[in-house]
Amino acid sequence: MEENIEKVVEEAALEAEGAQSSRALYEVKMKFLGRTGKVTALLKNMREIAAEARPAFGKRVNAVREKLEELFSRLEEKVKERELAARLKEEEIDVTLPGRHQRAGALHPVTRIKSELIEIFSGMGFEVFEGPEIESEYYNFTALNTPADHPARAMQDTFYITDEFLLRTQTSAGQIRLMEKKKPPIKMLSPGKVFRADDDATHSPMFHQMEGLVVDKHITLCDLQGMLDEFARKVFSETSKTRLRPSYFPFTEPSVEVDVSCAACGGKGCSLCKGTGWIEVLGAGMVNRHVLENCGIDPDEYSGFAFGMGIERIAMLKYGINHIRLFTENDVRFLKEFED
Amino acid sequence: MKVPFSWLKEYVPIGITAEELEEKLFSCGFEVEELIYLGKDVEKVVTGRITKCEKHPDADRLTVCTVDCGGFGVKQICTAATNVFEGAIVPVALDGSTVKHEGGIQKIKTGKLRGVVSEGMFCSGEELGITEDHYEGAEFNGILILDAGTPLGVDIRTVVGIDDYVFDIAVTANRPDCQSVYGMAREVAAILKAPLKPLDVSYTPAPTDVVIRVEVREPALCPLYAGSYVKDVKIGVSPRWMRRRLAVMGLRSVNNVVDITNYVLLEVGQPMHAFDRTYLHGDKIVVRCAEEGEKIVTLDEKEFSLHPENLLICDGERPVALAGVMGGLNSEIRENTGDVFLEAACFARDSVRKTSRALGQRSDSSARFERGVYEISVHEGMGRALHLFEELGCGKPTTYRTAVGKHADPARMEHKSIETSYGKLDAVLGIHVPEGEVVAILERLGFEVSDMGATFSVKVPLWREDIDGYPDLAEEVIRSYGYSHMTPTFLENATVTHGGLNLAQKQELHFKEALAAEGFYEALGYSFYSPKDFDLLRLPADAPERRAITLLNPLGEDLSVMRTILAPTMLANVVRNVRRGNEAGRLFEVANVYLGEFPLKELPEERKKVSLGLWGDGDFFDLKGAIEGAAARFDVKLTFERGERPFLHPGATAVIKLGEKEIGWLGELHPALANELALEKKVFLAELDYALLSRKFRREIVFKPLAKFPDVERDLAVVVDEKVTCAEMQACILRACKAAKSAELFDVYRDERIGQGKKSMAFRITFSPDPASDKGLTPEAVDGFFNKIVGNLTHTLGAQLR
Repeated sequence: MEENIEKVVEEAALEAEGAQSSRALYEVKMKFLGRTGKVTALLKNMREIAAEARPAFGKRVNAVREKLEELFSRLEEKVKERELAARLKEEEIDVTLPGRHQRAGALHPVTRIKSELIEIFSGMGFEVFEGPEIESEYYNFTALNTPADHPARAMQDTFYITDEFLLRTQTSAGQIRLMEKKKPPIKMLSPGKVFRADDDATHSPMFHQMEGLVVDKHITLCDLQGMLDEFARKVFSETSKTRLRPSYFPFTEPSVEVDVSCAACGGKGCSLCKGTGWIEVLGAGMVNRHVLENCGIDPDEYSGFAFGMGIERIAMLKYGINHIRLFTENDVRFLKEFED
Repeated sequence: MKVPFSWLKEYVPIGITAEELEEKLFSCGFEVEELIYLGKDVEKVVTGRITKCEKHPDADRLTVCTVDCGGFGVKQICTAATNVFEGAIVPVALDGSTVKHEGGIQKIKTGKLRGVVSEGMFCSGEELGITEDHYEGAEFNGILILDAGTPLGVDIRTVVGIDDYVFDIAVTANRPDCQSVYGMAREVAAILKAPLKPLDVSYTPAPTDVVIRVEVREPALCPLYAGSYVKDVKIGVSPRWMRRRLAVMGLRSVNNVVDITNYVLLEVGQPMHAFDRTYLHGDKIVVRCAEEGEKIVTLDEKEFSLHPENLLICDGERPVALAGVMGGLNSEIRENTGDVFLEAACFARDSVRKTSRALGQRSDSSARFERGVYEISVHEGMGRALHLFEELGCGKPTTYRTAVGKHADPARMEHKSIETSYGKLDAVLGIHVPEGEVVAILERLGFEVSDMGATFSVKVPLWREDIDGYPDLAEEVIRSYGYSHMTPTFLENATVTHGGLNLAQKQELHFKEALAAEGFYEALGYSFYSPKDFDLLRLPADAPERRAITLLNPLGEDLSVMRTILAPTMLANVVRNVRRGNEAGRLFEVANVYLGEFPLKELPEERKKVSLGLWGDGDFFDLKGAIEGAAARFDVKLTFERGERPFLHPGATAVIKLGEKEIGWLGELHPALANELALEKKVFLAELDYALLSRKFRREIVFKPLAKFPDVERDLAVVVDEKVTCAEMQACILRACKAAKSAELFDVYRDERIGQGKKSMAFRITFSPDPASDKGLTPEAVDGFFNKIVGNLTHTLGAQLR
């Protein structure tokens, strides 16, 4: 039997040394040490050996088994090392090839500016209220102190649906709806689409406005300017200033036109501000007493201010967009410029 | 509103330049849109006397003139003009000068004409940019011959009346009183703290027995009507100063009587009309509404058929003017007119506007009435016109002057009165304006102030009907005092409030961001489009989308109906992009559609929709995946079933369902339609009801404890008939076994071995142990599930395990 054992050991060592891969080595190992392997088979043959010789034989086979296991694990380590080196070599990549990513889209610049404005005013305690885009004449005009024969009706070319219903010409319409429901203190923003029957190089029949309204006790025109200064600093630049000058809106008194110092030239005068150092940005004023009365708010107890700005206009100033038409053409090249 | 500098100066002493005045007007609320110097294109042109005219030695058509240009010396000028003569005084464009030429500017230099030196050029009226009304002879086709006494060597601009500025001022709608030269002069006087010369309305009335009775039947539409009789009228040419002023304002001189009415309109802001009294039948004026179908022929020889809402001025028998719009041809001023009935009236703004719009007949008068004419200007205008008749000597104002209306007597017109306090003004402004300053400012603007200590009362001037209460006074004060005095404050006294977006507003923004994260760009479309867009989508005649709200006054048919479906806009976006060479793209829009029954009786429903479009790169499943992905962010699971839409590919259209409810559609643009629109690459569109979708958005996160035992995955591949859908198989798998939580398709395979009309579908099935159980899944249990699933697939869908 002894020569048998020696033969198996020799055979195993020879085959193991010759195995080129860990898989081949494993197969060799199984061939000798597996459940049906040759070494295991030696033990199965013990029956053929005399009973007294059996313990010694068993010991001998187990010793061989241990020796072989040691051999295999040594070889395994070697093969694995070799294989790893080969794999690393094989897996070498050209790191300068282009990367892959899921290209994200972007929000429209009007949405971006709208969100930015909402964020600024939210911090000052403004909530956001969105009124309907199709409005009644009452909310768009009459309640805003603009009765039927008022010259201001002609200021805005209105799209009518019937004598009574129209496309809102201003987000100010939302003021009334909110004030009917909510009593002071009020701080609200009303962003949305507005419509004017006007279509040329600088006007679009649909654009977006953002209306702001504050109604509380002891509100003054100085408060309006203070808030707009803050707005200008946040939207344009830390050094921006505002300038008020008289204007007219039926729903505010006094009414002002608000200019912001030109961020491009710092107020020195450039082509953007047409040499004046100032850019017209929004209209504002103290809420007209009649408007408060129309909403059941006592104008002797409360006062307030309102301001309204064109979102496209702010976007054009902030991003330097040169044509209002671009906002509704939806050219993907344009939209891609507003990626985060 | 255009106002010439020289005309303002007639009423206010102005010691500053036009540019300085522009700035002051601006800060007081009058933006000068354009400051025009009338003589800007005419430089270095002076007057000169021709002392000698000789024939050019080498050219029959040319004349060589010697010209005495006073201080500019004696010049030699060659000219082709034939109306020059020795002794004539003419405009001479010297070397280095500029003149107008065919809408541009021509530079004049010394040169030689056929060998003879010419040191400049003589000018025609056209080259100076003037008309006959600026200077007689200006429209003659030749050199402008100036008056004999004209001094030599003088800048021609001062001679022909173009050394002047015109302010084009944006007057706000609340200040109709400033729609006139005198009205602006009042403001300028207040701004400059300078005296205002009163309007000269004086005249000596000539006696008369004539009475032209005025009857106003519609006092609401005509609150004040003034008339007067002017006799011994001599129609002729107006004096040069008047013609020039009309010319600067863009009006042509007609004759002295018509010119006076136009002049008063510009100066006082009061529309006037002159009738030839001879043709006023019955010496009577009746102000009434037209009868249905009544006719009038206006001065411009247009005939109108009228309606009862048109206000008419009639004589004893027939209409003689369309009130506030235009006079009638039957009573117009003619060359031989000798008696004039002069009208100044206040007509309701709305009435004039409606008549003017309905008839499509506009005039300077109607435009003025639409802005608003106050009753005081009726009296001012009439007085001013009568004064001008006398000043021009073209007619004698008479003792017959009448006015009908509550404010017929200007001396008894009621002033509005406002009682308030300095404190109230300060409370509006937020700063303290010294009392003395408040009083001085208001007084300069024509208010009469009675100071009573802390409170005061003001009498509002009659031309300031816009002033209504103390906030108006605060505005008057601050615009004069200066906004630069304001100290910005930040809501010092206001209550602290909580701001920000509400949940729905936040979710909408996040939903948009989710679509952007899927590679889509946000688009923005007009809320209206063309009714033809419904035809383009091949919507059937009874499609609900066709019941769109229509605008009464659209900019054109293309923008005339309110959107009921967003797809046409998205399709237009795709087409525009492709035409511009943008080969691929992904867009979405979130916007309202408008759903109401027409005619509208109440506000229509505004329903938010989300529309998506994808072209060039990607397919049906990219678009589907983006929608699923965005919805999944809000924990909403959508299902898709085969569907159809007339504008989509019949084999590649799905309806999108949320639970049992259909909330949208998705599909490939119908190839025939794509072909029609010249779209070569496939286009995929989708539209969902955002209102319904967002209603199911997860409102808040609820934590689920982590599973104690891991999930087990098994792959399954079966062969089924082509017609069996993925959704059917998934449903079948999940129904077969409670522990199967999901079945994701990862491979579809077809080949000859599988057979024609068959496909192999491979799913990865995830099994989760019962969370209540304290044991994980054993391989034997999973084998059991697997067999049950295979059994169910075989039984229900005829599937065979591969």
